[in-house]
This record gives sequence, structure tokens and C-alpha cells, in this order.
Amino acid sequence: MNPAYSVILFTTASGAGYGLLALLAVFAAAGVLPASTWLGFVGIGLGVALVAVGLLSSTFHLGRPERAWRAFTQWRSSWLAREGVAAVATFVPIAVFGIGWVFLNDTSGAFAWAAAATAVMAFVTVCCTAMIYASLKTIRQWNNALTLPAYLVLGLATGALLLVLVSALFGVYRPAFATLAATLLVVGLALKIAYWRHIDTEQPRSTLGTATGLGRFGEVRLLEMPHTEENFIMREMGYAVARKHARRLRVVAGLALFVLPLILLALALWSGPASVLPLGALATLSAGLGVAVERWLFFAEATHLSMIYYGRTG
Amino acid sequence: MTSLPTVTGDKRLGLVIDLDTCVGCHACATNCKEWNTSGHSAPLTDVNAYQAEQRGVWFNRVFTYEVGGQGPAARTVHFPKNCLHCEKPDCVTVCPTGASYKRAEDGIVLIDHDKCIGCALCSWACPYGAREMDEHQGVMKKCTLCIDKIYNTNLPEEDRTPACVATCPSKARHFGDFADPESNVSQLVRERGGFDLMPETGYRPTSKYLPPRTGNGAASAPRKLEPAPDLANAGKFLRWVDRVLSR
Repeated sequence: MNPAYSVILFTTASGAGYGLLALLAVFAAAGVLPASTWLGFVGIGLGVALVAVGLLSSTFHLGRPERAWRAFTQWRSSWLAREGVAAVATFVPIAVFGIGWVFLNDTSGAFAWAAAATAVMAFVTVCCTAMIYASLKTIRQWNNALTLPAYLVLGLATGALLLVLVSALFGVYRPAFATLAATLLVVGLALKIAYWRHIDTEQPRSTLGTATGLGRFGEVRLLEMPHTEENFIMREMGYAVARKHARRLRVVAGLALFVLPLILLALALWSGPASVLPLGALATLSAGLGVAVERWLFFAEATHLSMIYYGRTG
Repeated sequence: MTSLPTVTGDKRLGLVIDLDTCVGCHACATNCKEWNTSGHSAPLTDVNAYQAEQRGVWFNRVFTYEVGGQGPAARTVHFPKNCLHCEKPDCVTVCPTGASYKRAEDGIVLIDHDKCIGCALCSWACPYGAREMDEHQGVMKKCTLCIDKIYNTNLPEEDRTPACVATCPSKARHFGDFADPESNVSQLVRERGGFDLMPETGYRPTSKYLPPRTGNGAASAPRKLEPAPDLANAGKFLRWVDRVLSR
């Protein structure tokens, strides 16, 4: 599948944004984070900005962005519509919780309920995003049980790194934040290793024989293409990354998204609060790059059933 | 509504494509483009139509496959492919806007081009590669089963068939109602063993394909020619006949 940069930015930025907002909400409601104005403003502001940038960039790959509002209507059947509805609905508890924190310095009572709703809705929205991909039967690299947990854990892990950074910036950092981020990164690494092993070993469900129904007569081979130039289907679904490059990029994603941030987090935990800010910033930067590579691979390594007709594997 | 219709009408319209008689002439694709560039889905935009890197929207694409390995048993099969108007079309249910829909009355899968936002998700959901983006208009386009031709009462009744069916010179394409067990298409499917493409995906296409026939020589080696008889061993009379005839 063609890895559109707008969709990569959308899924990674909104994932991190929702992860950060959910963690801020949980820790603020639990009284772990103080209800101080600037912490709330920067923390919630950063989360909302990431979500907004993600949602806006997702409209850039539309053919008719001015009609994007129509995408909220078909939530009964479409995960994309559900994602849109959930994303907009999440802004309501965020607004209530944010006003309480930033302007009234209160994250208890009704505002704690709004915080809980923020965390739940952030979870629901990321689930919807993942299901857009996981529900497509045409793409075996997406249509499996590992897609949804990977989106959730990577969103939470990148959000947790941002929480470490923001809390260090305002002097309210706790080692538990770094431990949480590290735990999520370890789970994320395990999920991605399991995912890559799964897509490498799973047998394609369809072949040119079943696609054409001609398998009963023996081996089927493409003799002539229907046209001389690449069509929309081939450009959109036929994107292929060389296996050699995919291996290297998996290593890059593994190092940048998981290994390096884990080392930096361990250093931060070991060396004490003073070094958390620079180490956390480095870890966040590295993980940001890593998650972009991971998401690029998620698209580039995905093969589409329609390409079987063009003589490729589905 | 992009939910599938819960009540279905009397008709289930679709095509039967005969892989035995298709000669791969691309007339279906050409006539489809000709009709549909000025009808319901107009225009079927072409980009760089007369230069390198030309791209454009086509509802019909004709592939050619070699079947049965290489050698005498191998055969060439021309394979036209367009939307199969599935009974369970995920391209419809994934649509976030309600632009993509399946008609209850005849099962035709259509796009409302005034509602489409061009997100391309429907094309991702189609295993047959039947939907193509019109990059000039920014909306998705697809085969309509010539909805503006088959119901067009301004046309003589015999012309109310899809453009691809009307033009096929080898009658490899048939149009009809699969809900009627006695229709031409239902009978063809029954008699010739019509089948679904990629049945394992569960999209349950309405349109069917007929397999190529395995007739004389299709699966057997060509006959060897006998060498001319050697005249050296023939008798005097036959050699004389040979001389006379060779003059």
C-alpha cells in the first residue's frame, strides 16, 4: 500500500496526542499531577495540538476536503466515520477537563469525571483509527489481531514519553512516569516483533488461481497487462518496498522507537531527576522518528489482494 | 446510507463473462469508456492522454493469463474484469459519507459523486481492484452496470444492455437478472459451471465467470506428422508411378 505521508502523520501524531491526553487525565484525576495552570496549559495544549495536526493532515489526502464533514454521517457501518465522530466527541470532555485544570485549578469532582471521560474517549478514538485498517479483509498485514493492540500501545508509549518530558519541564516528574513509558515500550517491542513474525510466516489466503478461478487447470501466470502504464490501483495498492530495505527499516524502527528510548529512560531513572529533561527530550525525539518509520513500514509492507490480478502476491 | 439494504428487491442484475469465447480484443473496455465518459459518471478523466505517463479512469480492464504451465497443455485465457456488484460489498460499508451504496431494487453498487470525499477507502476495501479514483474531480468512480443505459426508455429495448455487453463481438459477455432462475444468465451459470472470483474472501460477487471449455486438444499434445514414405524400398511399379507424377 502506498504510504501517504499525511496518513502517517495523522496516525502517529494523533496516537501520541491521545496517549498523552489519556495519561494526563488519569494522573490529574488521581491527584498525582498538580492542578497548576501552566502544566495543564502546556500538557493539554500539546496533546490537543498533536491530535488537531493529525486530524487536519488526514484531510489533506482527500480528493474533496471541503466535503470532509460528510464523513461523520455513516458511523453505523464505517470505522472511518466512527473515528471522525469519536475524535470530535472527545473534544467535549477534553474542554471541560482542560477548563477545570487551566482556569479553575481544579481536577477533582466533576472535572475528574471529565478526565475519566477524556481517557475513555481517547482509547475509543485510537481503537477506531486502528479498526479502519484492521477491518480490511483485502490486506492480510492489517487484517489480524495484532494491528489494534499495536496502535493502542504505541499511542500510549509515545504519549508516556511526552508525559515524562512535560512533567520534567514543570518539575513534577516522578520516576513512575519513566517506568510506565519503559514498560509500554517493552510491550510495544514485543507486539511489533510478533507482528513482523506473523506477516512473514502467514501464507497468503488468495492466489492467482483463486482470483481468476482458473487454478483448476493448473498454474496461472500473467501473460499480458491490461494496459501499458500504471493505473490508480497499481499506484495506490501496488507500492512495494524491497525486502532488503524492509529488514533494515525494521531494525531502524526497532532501535529508534524502542531500544534507544529504553536506554535513555534507564539512564534517567538511574541518574536522578536533574537529567530527565535532556534524556526525555532525546528519547521522545528518537521515538517520534521511530514511530514514523514503523508506520511507514505498516503501509509499505502491506500487500493488497487486487494486486494478484497484476501478477503480484496479495 | 452505506449500510447494506436489509430488504432486497426482485432483481439482482449482473454479468456473466465467458472465458471460453473472450478473444481479448478490449472492445468492452473501449465501449465502456466511450459510453461512461458522457453518462452517469462523466467524465472518465484521462491525464496526459497523448503523452508519456498517461493515466485515466477505466471501469473495465482486460488481462491475459497463461494457464496450465508451459508446453502443449498451456492455454491463453483473456480475462476482462470490472465491478462484480457483490452481495456483501465492503466497499459500500466502509464509506464514511454515504456516497457509496448498494441499490435494494436491483443490487447495483453505485457512487453518489456529489457526496464522495475521495478518501479512497472503498478502493482499499475492494479485493477486485474495481474502483478507480478520478484524480481530476477528486472522487471515486466505478462500473455502474450502465445504469443510464439499461433503464433508458429513450433507447430501443434491445439496446438496453451495458455497453460492454452490447459491443462484445464474440458474445463473451451476458447481462441479466440472477434472481430469476430461468434468466439467460442463471441458465448459463447452471449449464456451464459459472463461478465466483476469490470466493474465499466472502464478498459473494453477483457477476459470474464461465470456465474455458476443455475440448479437443486443449489438454492433449498436438498430433505428430508422419514422415513421407521412403521410395527406395518401394517396388518397380510404384517408382515408375512416382517418376510419372513427379514430371
